Amino acid sequence: MMAMNGTAKIELRGVKKRFGPKTVLDGIDLTVNAGDSLVIIGGSGSGKSVTIKCVLGILHPDAGTIIVDGEEVTRLSGRRRDAFLAKFGMLFQGGALFDSLPVWENVAFGLIQGRGISRAQAQRVALEKLAKVGLGPEVADLSPAELSGGMQKRVGLARAIASDPQIIFFDEPTTGLDPIMADVINHLIASTVRELGVTAVSITHDMASARKISNRIAMLYKGKIIWEGATKDVDNSGNPYVEQFIHGSAEGPIKMEVRR
Amino acid sequence: MNIFAAIGRVVLAFLATTGRLAIFTAEGVSHTLRPPIYWKLIVQQILRIGYFSLPVVGLTAFFTGAVLCLQIYIGGNRFGSEAIVPQIVVLGITRELGPVIAGLMVAGRVSAAIAAEIGTMRVTEQIDALTTLSTNPVKYLVTPRLIAALISMPILVAIADAIGVFGGYIVATQSLNFNGAVYLKNTHDYVTNGDVQSGLIKAAVFGFIIALMGCYNGFNSKGGAQGVGAATTNAVVSASILILAANYILTSVFFTK
Repeated sequence: MMAMNGTAKIELRGVKKRFGPKTVLDGIDLTVNAGDSLVIIGGSGSGKSVTIKCVLGILHPDAGTIIVDGEEVTRLSGRRRDAFLAKFGMLFQGGALFDSLPVWENVAFGLIQGRGISRAQAQRVALEKLAKVGLGPEVADLSPAELSGGMQKRVGLARAIASDPQIIFFDEPTTGLDPIMADVINHLIASTVRELGVTAVSITHDMASARKISNRIAMLYKGKIIWEGATKDVDNSGNPYVEQFIHGSAEGPIKMEVRR
Repeated sequence: MNIFAAIGRVVLAFLATTGRLAIFTAEGVSHTLRPPIYWKLIVQQILRIGYFSLPVVGLTAFFTGAVLCLQIYIGGNRFGSEAIVPQIVVLGITRELGPVIAGLMVAGRVSAAIAAEIGTMRVTEQIDALTTLSTNPVKYLVTPRLIAALISMPILVAIADAIGVFGGYIVATQSLNFNGAVYLKNTHDYVTNGDVQSGLIKAAVFGFIIALMGCYNGFNSKGGAQGVGAATTNAVVSASILILAANYILTSVFFTK
């Protein structure tokens, strides 16, 4: 399944979302082309997670349109929503593994519940996907609570790719990991995206990770995309906000809002 | 002016919550009829909600029957009608105390457990993960618990009824010098199918309330550990109050002509 580069896979137009009096997304315009690996950077609470959850339909935007594969998706329901969600895989920040199920059933969950594949066959696929993320069959019967943080992320990644998605979302893939494990996960994400030919959207505030896994970067600030460009251009963006963020400096146009 | 604004806010918040609960209930119930149905999860929940509640429900029913017997004996003694003890015990247990005591105990045990489990799944994004894996979270988490509670509670209460009557029997025969055979005959002659059935219908309603309150509060929990704690408390408190309110309504429907 090789993606065609250059055609728009995901398009957000004027997406707005408010929680009570707080405006989180204030008109997001963003296009992700097929085969791209886009990283959305931005400070904590800048609306990165909300953006992804709006695309998935977990949250409903107050205004604006979201188009995936040429289809408006903000008001999908029933079978069409199931078909739409089947295109996606997602790696959650904390892994979000189901602690009542063993590792292999976590990986096979979308296959067994979502697609009705037999358990035996789903288990074979699960072991295959676990091997892809560098985990042997010995972890398959463990419970997620018995795994280290890095291993949980790998299982989460295996679950995200288990049903061969066209689009994968990575939510803070390296948060909470030591630098070496973070690098291992970065390599894993980069190679997975390359090998599967998927479209990837990641959100992170870890610049080392962003550089490694992306070919495009967009920066989110106060609910708007304030810069977007190729990853190699991020050091010459000429945008003071981006400059401050990638150098991790307290001095600059972005003032930390103490009151949240 | 301010008083009106304050009252208005409270009323609006109440109506909003009622509406949300109604939509949640409708969704949970509608999935009972739409395939796929998760049979394995239903059985698992029957085991958790019903079977593992047996010890606590059995013990409370035993002591409730025992104390009921003692009180009626002491009270009846004042005007020389101790003989009526078996009849009152069996009516009290099957009509009211069996379902209500079992309902409240299961509310404490099961509503809290459901709210804590689903609430933790909410704050660790496991519920969002279900959605991304093409699984409807309400169908997967809520509906099996509603069905399981609806099936388990009448069975639990039937057992609680028997144990409660047995508790009364033990006290009556061991410390109040009743004749065992006469006690049982009076119990059997006096109780009707309607008495037991009304209690079992109550049990089914209470079971539904228990599972619904656990699921609803868990599903809507916010924040971290504190949010889950609040959801657990709310689940138990709201389930208990609704059980007592529903009990009054059901009794007035069943027994007032």
